[in-house]
Amino acid sequence: MIHSLDAVIRQHTFFRGLEERYIEFITGCAKNIRFEPGQYIFREGDPADQFYFIREGLVSVEIMVPERGPATVQTIGEGDVLGWSWLAPPYRWHFDARALRETRALDFDGKCLRTKCDEDHDLGYEIMKRFTNVVSERLDATRLQLLDLYGVRA
Amino acid sequence: MAYVLDLPAMTGPVADPMVPVPYRVEGVKRETHDTFSLDLAPADGAAVTSFQPGQFNMLYVFGVGEVPISISGDPGNCPAIVHTTRVVGAVTKAMGALKRGDLLGVRGPFGKPWPVAEEAGRDFLIVAGGIGLAPLRPALYTLMKQREKYRKIVLLYGARTPEDILYRRELERWRGKFDLEIQVTVDRGAAGWRGNVGVVTTMIGRAQCDPANTLALVCGPEVMMRFTLMELQKRGIAQQRIFVSMERNMKCAVGFCGHCQYGPNFICKDGPVFRLDRIEPIFGKAEI
Amino acid sequence: MRGPVAESERVLESGRGAKHTIIAAQQLPELVACILKRGYELLGPTVRDGAIVYDRLNSADELPRGWTDVQEPAKYRLARRSDDAYFGYNVGPHSWKKFLHPPTHRLWKCTRDGGGLHIVADVPAPVRRAFFGVRPCELRGMAILDKILGGNGTADPEYKTRRDNLLIVAVNCGQAGGTCFCTSMGSGPRATSGYDLALTELLGDQRHDFLVEIGSERGDELAEEVPHRQARAADLDAAERTIADTRAHMGRTMAVDGLKELLYRNYDSPRWDNVAKRCMTCANCTLVCPTCFCTTVEDVTDLTGAQAERWRKWDSCFTLDFSYIHGGSVRPSAKSRYRQWLTHKLAAWVDQFGELGCVGCGRCITWCPAGIDLTAEIEALRASETANSHAKRKETE
Repeated sequence: MIHSLDAVIRQHTFFRGLEERYIEFITGCAKNIRFEPGQYIFREGDPADQFYFIREGLVSVEIMVPERGPATVQTIGEGDVLGWSWLAPPYRWHFDARALRETRALDFDGKCLRTKCDEDHDLGYEIMKRFTNVVSERLDATRLQLLDLYGVRA
Repeated sequence: MAYVLDLPAMTGPVADPMVPVPYRVEGVKRETHDTFSLDLAPADGAAVTSFQPGQFNMLYVFGVGEVPISISGDPGNCPAIVHTTRVVGAVTKAMGALKRGDLLGVRGPFGKPWPVAEEAGRDFLIVAGGIGLAPLRPALYTLMKQREKYRKIVLLYGARTPEDILYRRELERWRGKFDLEIQVTVDRGAAGWRGNVGVVTTMIGRAQCDPANTLALVCGPEVMMRFTLMELQKRGIAQQRIFVSMERNMKCAVGFCGHCQYGPNFICKDGPVFRLDRIEPIFGKAEI
Repeated sequence: MRGPVAESERVLESGRGAKHTIIAAQQLPELVACILKRGYELLGPTVRDGAIVYDRLNSADELPRGWTDVQEPAKYRLARRSDDAYFGYNVGPHSWKKFLHPPTHRLWKCTRDGGGLHIVADVPAPVRRAFFGVRPCELRGMAILDKILGGNGTADPEYKTRRDNLLIVAVNCGQAGGTCFCTSMGSGPRATSGYDLALTELLGDQRHDFLVEIGSERGDELAEEVPHRQARAADLDAAERTIADTRAHMGRTMAVDGLKELLYRNYDSPRWDNVAKRCMTCANCTLVCPTCFCTTVEDVTDLTGAQAERWRKWDSCFTLDFSYIHGGSVRPSAKSRYRQWLTHKLAAWVDQFGELGCVGCGRCITWCPAGIDLTAEIEALRASETANSHAKRKETE
């Protein structure tokens, strides 16, 4: 069933509580996008001007390690937000993101949203709050990974 | 502390609970590089007494020592009792060296089980971390046996690396055969791994269970359980519907030696499975 | 809990309504002799190594006549009394648990041969024992252990065997010990149940005799064999005065109202850090405590590797090993271990066994090398809580 862009954005918990005019604006910045298995969504160093909602599929956030090849740090899946480098200068991706399976996502024009946030600080604050939350959850998860809880203690 | 869902701990017919019964190793399976499963049956040929999912036995290696090990097999089909263990010390190391035909002492089964016996119509969300999948497997067997009684069943399983994934073939078979949603993730990926990478807690939001109707069963390292419980409660699952399996030092397993105390609870007989509201005041408190 | 008892062990009504006799002090050796004649192994107090300990007695001569103990936090000394009292002391480093719940005890032997593993459990040998000179707080301690080891489904067969057929001659306290607080715990200074005979030593005013309260039919039979006279109201009054005197001179108290809730509320109290600075986790308190029951299990083999044994031994929550699970102790700090002990004794015990685990004997205070006094710790915990809530209220004003 194909939901309209508008419906998907409104239903997603991420944008809940946002004023109507902002939702309209953001919907205007969004489009549907599809990635084939193995396709790169973005690459380290490229300009970071988008962010994504994963609707279906699995994305590997990885980095190319010499002699090792691509090393996955985390996977991002259905319902998750991908990418916040569009919010922090120098607005470049720090990692690669590659679809592991057929992935459908919403692609948001971050550059456009960034400009609007500069003009309208209220919108800027709302966006910042939500992305801070994403980063914080991702950091918690990363810290748990770091702890290597399933490892045997010496 | 009222505990409404007070399930009786079932112990086998033993004369003296401190005296082990000799069992023979009927089978050994290497699950991963440091984890193995033993199939045990009474050495005198007597019938295997069954157990409830979540219970454990005390396994004695002659002259080395005794440790509590979760029973990880199918309670409804056990020609032998299956235990999955990780090598972490002298006794488990000695157990890992056992071969078919070797003898061990067994005491048990002990402990309060997972609440899978009576919960018809429920959604089940099962979250396992590392070796924590072992004591949950009997619960899965029990649920699969009467699949039509339940609604949604989701297993979220986090392992260290792809090589540490337990019961891989079985999980794949279940995924294919039953209406059982299984999501496996690893803390660290490896070349050739095309699945989830990241902690198991990140998958909880995606599991579409009805929070008002879901029973959550959680087992793994305490820190993993802490974050899991936070996530579960964030999704609206009440403490009365979350069950965890706890672990502490055990010597007697029948409530005498005092070692396994966790607050006022004896993990050997009041647990190891606890409903979260019973232990919530102390859960996660340092050095309890 | 003890199951159907023999006719002769039937318990009788306690208190003023019970049957009382008076036996002269010179007749006490006769009482001891009667017990020995009946084939009991007699265990009672005696002076040894500078303390009054519990050991096997062969006659009344071995009783600590004319001795008293001087006890304070971290101090225990014997001193000579100016009189000839048989029971003019309080409690020493031993409690009766050493006989009911022995410090080391083999559970079973296992041999391995071609045919398999052969495990043979040690069968508890029936004993016929008498405890002589049991204090009221100690009777309470035994009743507490009964709940843990003697019943509730899986009883320890060893404990049950030792507890059954036990002849108990209790002694009411004629003086308060330096560290006692039985009145706070409702466990003394007068015995109210659990004995065959209860003695109150009446010394002074040109008398030295014992008021003997009959506590069971077996006790009655025993007392009949010793020359005695009927107790008069004046004798009962004298005994009550002695006990009232003891009650009035308790050196310390412990407020037990809301004790469980207090401890459950205060897991994170800064007070525990204070105690931790003093506590050496030496485990003395758990060794001398009449109700501490924790044990460990030790598996040993002989050199040939053909024979193994499992032993049960006293253990203490103060050791690092106690809470060890793969890779480390759950309670590595002294703070957490002291907190565990006190919270178990005075809070968790209530949830587990329906009563407080402390009998107010004061041994843990006397035998703690740092002189830590749990009554003072509880008071400090209460005070700390009140101070914190006052501070918080001030902040919001």
